[in-house]
Amino acid sequence: MKKLKILLSGAAAFVAISSSLAHAERGADGELKILFWQAVSTMNPFLSAGTKEVYASSMVIEPLARYDEKGELVPWLATEIPTIENGGFAEDMLSMTWKLKPDLKWSDGTDFTADDVVFTWKYCTAPDGGCAQRAQYEGVKNVEAVDPHTVKVTFEDPKPYPYSAFVGAQSPIIQAAQFKDCLGAAAPGCTDANFKPVGTGPFVVKDFKPNDVITLEANPNYREADKPAFASVTLKGGGDAASAARAVLETGEYDYAWNAQVEPEVLETMLAAGKGRLEISFGTQVERINLNFTNPDPSLGDKRSTTEAGPHPSLSDPAVRRALSLAIDRDIIIEAGYGQSGKPTCNIVPAPENVASTKNDEWCLKQDIEAANKLLDEAGWMPGPDGIRQKDGVRLAFLYQTSTNSVRQATQELVKAMWAEIGVDAELRNASASVFFGGDPASPDTFQKFYADVEMYTNNFDGTDPEKYLAEWLCDKMPSPANGWQGQNIPRYCNPDYDKLVGELSKTADLEKRAELSKQLNDMLTEEGAHIPLVHRGDQSSFALSLDGIKMNSWDSQVWNIADWHRKK
Amino acid sequence: MFTYTLRRLLFAIPTLLVISFVIFALLDLAPSDPTGDLPLTIPPEVREQIRASLGLDQPFLIRYMKWLQQFFINEPLNILESLTGWQFGDGDRMRVLSWATRSPVVDLIVQRLPQTLWVVGLAYVFGILIAIPIGVISAYKQYSIFDQIGTFVSMVGYSVPTFFTGVLLIVIFSSYLQWFPSVYDTNLRVTDFQSFIAQVKQMALPVAVLALYNASQIARFVRASMLDNLHQDYVRTARAKGVKEKAVLLVHVLRNSLIPVVTVIALGVPTIFSGAIITEQIFRVNGLGQLLITAIQGADIPLVQTLTFIFAVLIVLFNLIADVLYGILDPRIRYD
Repeated sequence: MKKLKILLSGAAAFVAISSSLAHAERGADGELKILFWQAVSTMNPFLSAGTKEVYASSMVIEPLARYDEKGELVPWLATEIPTIENGGFAEDMLSMTWKLKPDLKWSDGTDFTADDVVFTWKYCTAPDGGCAQRAQYEGVKNVEAVDPHTVKVTFEDPKPYPYSAFVGAQSPIIQAAQFKDCLGAAAPGCTDANFKPVGTGPFVVKDFKPNDVITLEANPNYREADKPAFASVTLKGGGDAASAARAVLETGEYDYAWNAQVEPEVLETMLAAGKGRLEISFGTQVERINLNFTNPDPSLGDKRSTTEAGPHPSLSDPAVRRALSLAIDRDIIIEAGYGQSGKPTCNIVPAPENVASTKNDEWCLKQDIEAANKLLDEAGWMPGPDGIRQKDGVRLAFLYQTSTNSVRQATQELVKAMWAEIGVDAELRNASASVFFGGDPASPDTFQKFYADVEMYTNNFDGTDPEKYLAEWLCDKMPSPANGWQGQNIPRYCNPDYDKLVGELSKTADLEKRAELSKQLNDMLTEEGAHIPLVHRGDQSSFALSLDGIKMNSWDSQVWNIADWHRKK
Repeated sequence: MFTYTLRRLLFAIPTLLVISFVIFALLDLAPSDPTGDLPLTIPPEVREQIRASLGLDQPFLIRYMKWLQQFFINEPLNILESLTGWQFGDGDRMRVLSWATRSPVVDLIVQRLPQTLWVVGLAYVFGILIAIPIGVISAYKQYSIFDQIGTFVSMVGYSVPTFFTGVLLIVIFSSYLQWFPSVYDTNLRVTDFQSFIAQVKQMALPVAVLALYNASQIARFVRASMLDNLHQDYVRTARAKGVKEKAVLLVHVLRNSLIPVVTVIALGVPTIFSGAIITEQIFRVNGLGQLLITAIQGADIPLVQTLTFIFAVLIVLFNLIADVLYGILDPRIRYD
C-alpha cells in the first residue's frame, strides 16, 4: 500500500514536471479565445483611449515600465526603474534616464532603440494629432536618445512623481520606422499601421477586423524564447456583458471574457455550470454620489449650477451633507449590485494601501439613521406635513441623476428608500451614458453641467499616484460656461486650505510624505461632504477553469502578463 | 414606362440631397460626443484636442460640404480607380473616415456586407419560401386547424421581439443542448465539408430567428391577398369552365394574389441591407446592423451618416423598383 502511494506521488511529480516542461515551448497551448463585449476599434491606443483599445493593444506594444498586480512599478522594456537612489532620476527632479534592455527586437526583426522611444513622444505630442494619451506627457520638455540604449526625459518643472510618460498600458512605445509618416494630422490616414502596429509584445496582429475580431499570433522575435504559451489569440468583440460572461462560464466557448459587469445573482447561476471562474482585482474606481454645492434651480437659467447661482439652498448645510451619508447602508447596495466586486468605502482614494485612509471609516461606513435624524433635527430641518423635512420653505427634496445602467438604477432605488427614512425625498433620473459622459456643452444632461442636486457615477485615476486626481477638486477646476463646462471639479467644491495642500503635494518628492498628504486631502473631501463615496469597485472578469497564470491587474492592462498565461495540464 | 422611370430617378436626386442634409443636421443636434466613451481619466483639454483633430471644431455647413465632397466625389473616384486601375489626379483624396476606427467608412461597409447578405438575406429568402405555402393553404382552407395554427404561429412570430426569441434560442440550443454556437465566428472560411457544416451551424440560430419574423409577416399578406382573390368572379368562372382545382389555385389565384405580395417583398429588401440590428448584436454577427449600432453608441458620426444615407438611397431605389414591378406584373396599371 505504502509502495503504491510512493509510486503514485512519484507519478504525480512526474506529471507536474512534464507539464511544466510542456510550457517551456512557445505556442504549445494552441489558441486562446478572448471575448470583449465592447469591440475593439483600433490597435493604436494613441488614437482611441478606450479601455478596450488599451487592453487589446497591450498584447502587442509595451511600455518601458508598468504596474504589476499589486500596483508596484516593474521595469518592462527598461532594465530598472529610475529613482533618486539609483541615480536614474535627478536630485533636482528635472530629468530622468531610462536604460533600455539590450538586444530587444521589434516583431519584424529590427532593433528596438532609444530613437523609437523619442519618436513615440514626438508622435503623441505632434500638433493636430489629437493624441488621446497626451496627458501622459504633461510637463515633459524634451525626450532625447543619449545612446541607442539610453533615453533621457527632461521636465519643464520639477516633477516629484515622474512615472507617467512611457509607463503603463496607456503609454506604450511604437515603432518609429512604421509610424514616421503618420505624425500629426496624418495619423488617422495610416490605417495599416494603426490596425497592425509592429510591437515588442508577445503577440503580433495577423488580421484586424475593426469593431469585430482580431487575430493575433505569437511574436517570433519575443524576448523570452519559451513564451507565449499560446500560438494564437482570437479576440472577438461585441454583444453585451451578460452573454459574454455566459460564453465563458456556461457554454465554455471562450477562455476569457473581459469585464463581467453583471448582477451577482445572474453570475451565480452561470458559475453553477462549472466551466469557469471569476477573478477580481481592485484598483482605484469609486462609485460616488456628488453633492452639488451650487444652486441648480432651473429658474436661474444659464447661471444654474455655477458659483454665480449662489450656494445650494439645502446642500450647502454641512449637516445635510453629513446626514445624507449617514443614512446610506453601503453593504445592501453592494449585495444587490456588486457582489464580490465591490467593497464599502468612505474614501475617494481607496487604494493603493499606503494612501488609503481609514480615518472616516468609524462614522461613515455603517448606516446610522438615528444619528442622521438627530443631526437634521439639530440643524433645524423639521418634517413637514408630507414627512419631508424642511426649513424656511426649503424642502429636502433632491433631483438624483446618473447614467443609464441597471446596477445604477437599482442603487438609486435603494438610496431613495434609505433617504426616505430620514425624511429626505429623491426624484430619480437617468441619462444615456453617451450623453451623460459625452460632455456636449449644448446638452443639459451631462454630468459636468450637473443640472441636478446629486448625481452618481464612477471615476478613478491612472497608475498609483493620486496627485493629478486630487487636483480635480481645486476651486478653479469648476465646470462653468466660461470654460465650456470643461472642468473636473464636478461638486463645485471650493476650499482654499484644500488648494494650498494640493500645492504642497505637487512639490513633495518623499513618497511617505506624499501618501500622508494624499490621505489628508482625501479625508478633507469626505469630511466636508464634497461627495458621498459608496463603493470601491473592482474589476471582474471571467476565465475558463483550464486557464492558468492569470494575475488580474487593475493598475495596468488585464492582459499585462499574457505571455505567462497557459493551459493547465 | 422608361420616361416614367427616368423622371422618378431625376426626382430622387433632390429628395436624397434633402435626406442627407436632414440626417446630418439631426446627428449634429444629437447630444452625443465621440469622446464620451473615453475613460474619465482623459482630461478635458485632451478631449478638446481630439475633437479638433476629428474636424468637429469647424462650422456645421463646412463639415456638411466636406462630407458631400468626400461621399459624392472622392469615394466614387476611389472605387473607379480600384476597379479600372486608372489614376485621377494624385490619388490623395480625403475619404470619409470613421472616427472610432480611423479607417475609411466604405472599407468597413465592404467588409461587413457579405455577412449581412448571407445571414439576413438568407433569412429573408427562407422567410418568403415558408410564408407563401403557409399563406396559400391558410387562405384556401380558411378557419381549418392548419389555418388556426398558422395564424397563431405567425402572430407569435410577428409580435414576439427578436431580442427575446434570439436569447431564448441561445439558452435552449447553445447553453442547454449545446447544438449550435452562440457566438458567430467571422473568421471562419468555408474550405471543406467540415467548415461548411460549421458555417451552417453558426448561421442556423440567427437565420431561424429572422426567418420566423419575416415569414410571419409575409404569410399574413399572402393569406389576405389570396382571400381577396378566391372570392372573385374569375375564380368562379374558371371553376365553372371545369378547370382543375389545382390550376385554379396555383395558376389563377396565386399569380394574381402575388402582385401585392411582390411589392411588399421588394419594399422589404432595403431592410436586408440595414441588417437586423438586434439579431446581429445578440449573435455577434459582424454585419451592417451591428456596425450601425456600435457607430451610434460611439457617436461615430461619419459612419452613422454614411450608413443611414446608403439605406435611404436603397429605400428610395426599391420604392421605385416596386412601382415598376407593379406595372410590369399588373397589365391594368400603366404609368405613361
